[in-house]
Amino acid sequence: MEETTPAVEVESTTSASPDAPQNISVAGAQPEIASDREGDQLKITLGEFEGPLDLLLYLIRQDQVNIYDIPVARITDEYLRYLYLMQELDLTVAGDFLVMAAQLIDLKSRMLLPRDPSAAEEEVLDPRAELVNRLLEHEKFKAAAQMLWSRATVEQAVFTRAEIETDKNNPEVVVGLFDLLKVFQEILARHKEEVLMEIEREEVTMAQMIERLRNMVRSAGEVNLLEFFGRAQSRRELVVAFLSVLELVRMSEISLCQRETFGEITAKSVSPA
Amino acid sequence: MSTAKAANVEEPIEAVASEDESPIEGRREIGDTELKAIIEALVFVADEPISAKTIADVVDLDRPAVEAAIQDLVKEYESRPGSLQLREIAGGWQIATRAEHHEHIRAYLKSKPSAKLSLASLETLAVIAYRQPVTVPEILEIRGVQSPSAIKTLLDKRLIIAKGRKETVGRPMMYGTSKEFLIQFGLKDLSELPSIEDFQDLAGGES
Repeated sequence: MEETTPAVEVESTTSASPDAPQNISVAGAQPEIASDREGDQLKITLGEFEGPLDLLLYLIRQDQVNIYDIPVARITDEYLRYLYLMQELDLTVAGDFLVMAAQLIDLKSRMLLPRDPSAAEEEVLDPRAELVNRLLEHEKFKAAAQMLWSRATVEQAVFTRAEIETDKNNPEVVVGLFDLLKVFQEILARHKEEVLMEIEREEVTMAQMIERLRNMVRSAGEVNLLEFFGRAQSRRELVVAFLSVLELVRMSEISLCQRETFGEITAKSVSPA
Repeated sequence: MSTAKAANVEEPIEAVASEDESPIEGRREIGDTELKAIIEALVFVADEPISAKTIADVVDLDRPAVEAAIQDLVKEYESRPGSLQLREIAGGWQIATRAEHHEHIRAYLKSKPSAKLSLASLETLAVIAYRQPVTVPEILEIRGVQSPSAIKTLLDKRLIIAKGRKETVGRPMMYGTSKEFLIQFGLKDLSELPSIEDFQDLAGGES
């Protein structure tokens, strides 16, 4: 509770039901106290007041009284009623509001005192003058705030070109020798951390590979070499597979056949003649 | 044939150039048209509003000549039906878009209007703008409430800056508005703010 009293909507003065978020006034909106009696229910909407001067100003404007001739008693009553309401709602009443209440009561009592008939004409100052000046000053700055608000709104629709990329504001270029060294060291460190793992070679012997090809040719009658080489799982296995093809051709166990230029090559078993 | 043609074309250009670089005007070596072009380029390139003095230093001319050229340029911008404006802001010159096209620009930049200041902050800013340099107790006197969070917001947004301490009881800090304030509120300088007394009628009337 610093400087604003939150907007609160109450269904009755006794049971506080602060389900009011829809009523929180936006910046610049007029606060509102709408009291209409429906049976026993008094519905009061508290606006958002920027402090005691704001509240006081609102009460004066709402009652449409002349600001230079404030009915102090009436306004003080309304002001105090507002404070009681805030307390009933368990809102922490900011100290500023209480100070203003004291000032109003002081003012009210001074208004009741008869004027000193012996005082010189110019010395008879309206005790309300100071407060009125403060209120008017406050209202002027409220209007000035509105002016700033609309200026900022217009200004937000105006754009200038984006910043040009220069070496100065381009972080990619602003790299010194030490930055480079630092990065290089990081890379070196990361490199050291790398765990070396030995992977055992899966050895496929020439004999095994020849046996595999033999079996494939025997069961299928004809084997596409592309398919056969495709089974090899490593470069070494591929070499072994290739050699075993050559070996079987040499031993005249299979013959190779290519049906068209650049076509696929198939291996067939050579029927023992 | 073609060489003769080229020679013909060159001649009027020379004539224009010699007219511009009239030796009669003393040290003035840059022609009006060229000067305007240079100024436009400088204003375009500058990241911040660029002052007439800075431009004058760059082109090595006296300030009145530069200012006159800027005014010509402003008129050119105004008469042109384009979407750019050359405007004076925060003591310098700036090329900016006109407000009309903000929707399309926002769509392209994928940006939303930044969060507006709260009423409390705006009121505090108004007090500081009109009463600067002003102390926190003086702000309290006018606003009738403490405004610590508002002052913090304004400082964070660099709209106000500390302007030393007041030699009075407690030596409170004094605050004033910043250059950023002028930029964000589209002001040439503080004198462009409407007089606070002008708000009297507004304030005194029915609200």
